[in-house]
Amino acid sequence: MSSDAIAIQTAEAAGRPWVATLHEWVTTVDHKRLGVLYILYALFFLVIGGIEATIMRIQLMHPHNDFVSPQVFNRMFTMHGTTMIFFVAMPILFGFANYLVPLMIGARDMAFPRLNAFSFWLTAFGGLLLYFSFLGGNGLYGAGNAPDVGWWAYAPLASRAFSPGHSSDYWTIALLASGFGSIGTAINIIATIISMRCPGMKLSRMPLLAWMNLVMSGMVLLAISPLSAAQIMLLVDRYLGGHFFDTQAGGSATLWMHFFWIFGHPEVYVLIIPCFAFASEIIPVFSRKPIFGYPVMVGATVCIAFVSMSVWAHHMFTIGMNSYANSFFTITTMAVGVPTGIKIFNWLGTMWGGKIQFKTPMLFCIGFLFQFLIAGLTGIMMASSPFDWQLSGSYFVVAHFHYVIVGGILFALFGAFYYWYPKITGRMLNEGLGKLHFWLFLIGFHLTFDLMHIPGLLGMPRRIYTYEPGRGWETLNLLVTIGAFVQGIATLVFVANLVISYFKGAKAANDPWDAWTLEWSTSSPPPAYNFASIPTVASRRPLWDLKHPEDPDSRYE
Amino acid sequence: MSAITTSLAGTPVAWKLPYRGRVGMACLISAESAIFTIFVVAYLYYVGKSFSGPTPREVLETPIFYTVCLLSSSLTIHFAGKLLERGRRGTFLTLWSLTIALGALFLYGTGQEWHRLIYEHGLTISTNLFGTTYYSLVGLHAFHVTAGLIMLSIVLLSGLAGRVGPEQSARIDVLSLYWHFVDAVWIVVFTVVYVLGR
Repeated sequence: MSSDAIAIQTAEAAGRPWVATLHEWVTTVDHKRLGVLYILYALFFLVIGGIEATIMRIQLMHPHNDFVSPQVFNRMFTMHGTTMIFFVAMPILFGFANYLVPLMIGARDMAFPRLNAFSFWLTAFGGLLLYFSFLGGNGLYGAGNAPDVGWWAYAPLASRAFSPGHSSDYWTIALLASGFGSIGTAINIIATIISMRCPGMKLSRMPLLAWMNLVMSGMVLLAISPLSAAQIMLLVDRYLGGHFFDTQAGGSATLWMHFFWIFGHPEVYVLIIPCFAFASEIIPVFSRKPIFGYPVMVGATVCIAFVSMSVWAHHMFTIGMNSYANSFFTITTMAVGVPTGIKIFNWLGTMWGGKIQFKTPMLFCIGFLFQFLIAGLTGIMMASSPFDWQLSGSYFVVAHFHYVIVGGILFALFGAFYYWYPKITGRMLNEGLGKLHFWLFLIGFHLTFDLMHIPGLLGMPRRIYTYEPGRGWETLNLLVTIGAFVQGIATLVFVANLVISYFKGAKAANDPWDAWTLEWSTSSPPPAYNFASIPTVASRRPLWDLKHPEDPDSRYE
Repeated sequence: MSAITTSLAGTPVAWKLPYRGRVGMACLISAESAIFTIFVVAYLYYVGKSFSGPTPREVLETPIFYTVCLLSSSLTIHFAGKLLERGRRGTFLTLWSLTIALGALFLYGTGQEWHRLIYEHGLTISTNLFGTTYYSLVGLHAFHVTAGLIMLSIVLLSGLAGRVGPEQSARIDVLSLYWHFVDAVWIVVFTVVYVLGR
C-alpha cells in the first residue's frame, strides 16, 4: 500500500519543474527532509573545515614555511574549530536525530514540525553569517576579515580594543543564532521522545539511539544556554560599552573562561553521546546479538551526562586555581571515565560470541571502539592536573581531542552513514568503495594523530604558525601533514561513494541488514507519513518479534 | 503492509503520554533557567567589584509595590486558566486582562526605575560593573516579561474575538507555565539584586 503511494509520488516528481522541488525542500517541515538538509549542510561545511585544516597542515609541513601569513593562520584555526564543532558536528548529529528518532519510536513526525524547520534555518543562517565575515568582517577599520581569536575567543582578545572591525561580532552572532537553533531542536527531540512514542514503546523498550538522543538533548539545554548567555554578555561589552570581561574596569577574563568551558566540556559529550547511540545500534545488528546490558547502557549515559556537567575547569588547570578546585576537577574528570568504560565493555560484551559480519558500518564502529578507548586514556592522563600543567596548550592536547572528535565521533558517524544510507536514499552504498574509504581513512588518521602526540610531548605549542628547525619536530610534522592528505583523499572517496551510489547503487530492500528496530519496517526511503498505520510494539526488538513469531522477545520481558 | 500492526500479549490498551506542549515548555524553561543562572552568577561575582560609583547601596530602591503586582499576576493567570477549563469565558477574559495589566504595571515600574537611575544618578550600562550587570540581568528579565505580555495579549485578542474556549485550555496552560516561570525568576532577581547585592 505505502509502496504504491511512493511510486505515485516519484512519478509526479519526475515531471515537476525544479523550482517546485526546490520550493518544497525550502518550505518543508517533514522531519526526514529536514534531517537530510541538516546532513547535507553539515557535509558542505565538513569540506570547508577540512580545507582550512589542510591549509594549516601545509603551513606546518616544514619549519619557516610561508604558505600563509600568521594572520591568515590565526583565522584558519579559529574558523576550523568553530566550523567543525558548530556547523559540522552539531548539525550532522541533529540531522541523524531528526531523521531517525521519529522513525525509531514509531511516530509520524517530530512533536513541533515548524519549530524544527525554524531551528534548522537558524543554524543554516548562523553558518552563513560566520562565513560572511570573510567579506564583511573588515568593517571601516581595515582590521582583517574572518574571526582570528581562537574558537574559545578568550577575553580580552575578543574585546573591542584587541579585535576591531566586525569579525568577532560575526563569530558571536553566528554562534548565538545557531545556539538558539540547537536549543529549539533539543526541545523538539525531548518532546518527541516523551510525547510521541507509539503504543507499547515504553521508555524501557526504546531503542538506545532514542535514549541517548534524549540525554544529549537534555545536555544541549543546559550546556548551550550558558554559551548563549556568555555571547550576549560579549555583545553587551562590544556594542554597549559593558565591562563583563573588561579587566580595565574590574571585569574578569577568567569568568569568560568558566562560562565558555561550562558549555565547552559538556559539548564534547553532546557530540559523543549520539555517536555512542550509533555504535549501540550498529554493533548488535552486525554481531547478530541483542545489545549487552541495555539498562546499564542507559544508566551509564545518564551518569556521563551528570558527571560531565562538573568537569569543565580541567580546561583551566594552568590559570592558577586553588588546590581544592584542581583536585575536584581532577577527580570528576577521572570519574567520567568509569561510565564510559562500562559502555566500552558493554559493546565488547555484545560482540563477544556473536557472528560478527565485517561490513563497512561495523568496520567503522570497531575503529571507533579502539580509537575512542585511546582518546579516553590520554584524557585520563591529562585529567591529572600536574600532568596537564606540562602539556596544556601543546600539540598533545590537539592530538587528544582530535582522537576523540575524528577517531571517535567521525568514525561512528561514517558507520552511521553506511548503515542508514539505504534507508534514507533507497540505495546501498558501495561496499568496495566503503572498505577503501575505511582503510585509507584509518591509515591517514593514525599517521596524523598518533604522531601528533609526540611533538606535543617535545614541547610544540598549539596555534603557532611556524617553528624553528632543529627541535626534532620537522619529520613528525611532515608525516602528520601527509596523513592529513591521506584523510582528505579518503573523504573524497566517501563523497564519491555517496554521489555514485545515489544514482547507480544497488536498490536497497526495506530491511537490508536484517535489523530489529522500527525504521526498517517501513519502505526505503520512508513515505512522508512514515508508517501507514501506527505500529504497536511489545519488546525492544519489534522486528525480531515480527520475523520470529515462534520465539518473540516479548515472551522474556 | 509496511508497518507492524501485530498486537502482542502485554500491549497496553490505554496509551497516554504527556502533552507535548507542556514537555516543550518545561524544556524551554530549563534552557532559560541556565541562561539566567549565568547572568545571576555574573551579577553576584561582580558585587562590590566596581572601580567607581554609583553603588547599589546608594541608588537602588526596593520595588515592593511592583513586585507584589507581578507576583499576584501569577494568581490571576492561574485562576483564569481554571475558569476557562470550566467554560466561564467572561470571567476568564476579565482575569486575563487583569494579568496583562499587572504585568504592564511591573514593566512600567522597571522603566521608571531605569529612568531615575539614568537621569538622576547617571548610571548607564557602561558606567561601571554594577551598571553592566544590573541592566543586563534586570533587562533580560524585563525582556521576558515583554515577550510574555505580547503572547498574553494575542490570547486576549483571540479571546475577545470569541476564539478561546475550554478546548484551548491545554495551550493556555502552557502559556501560564511560562508566565509562572517569569515570576519565579523575578523572585531570584529580586533576592540577588535588592537583598544580597546591597
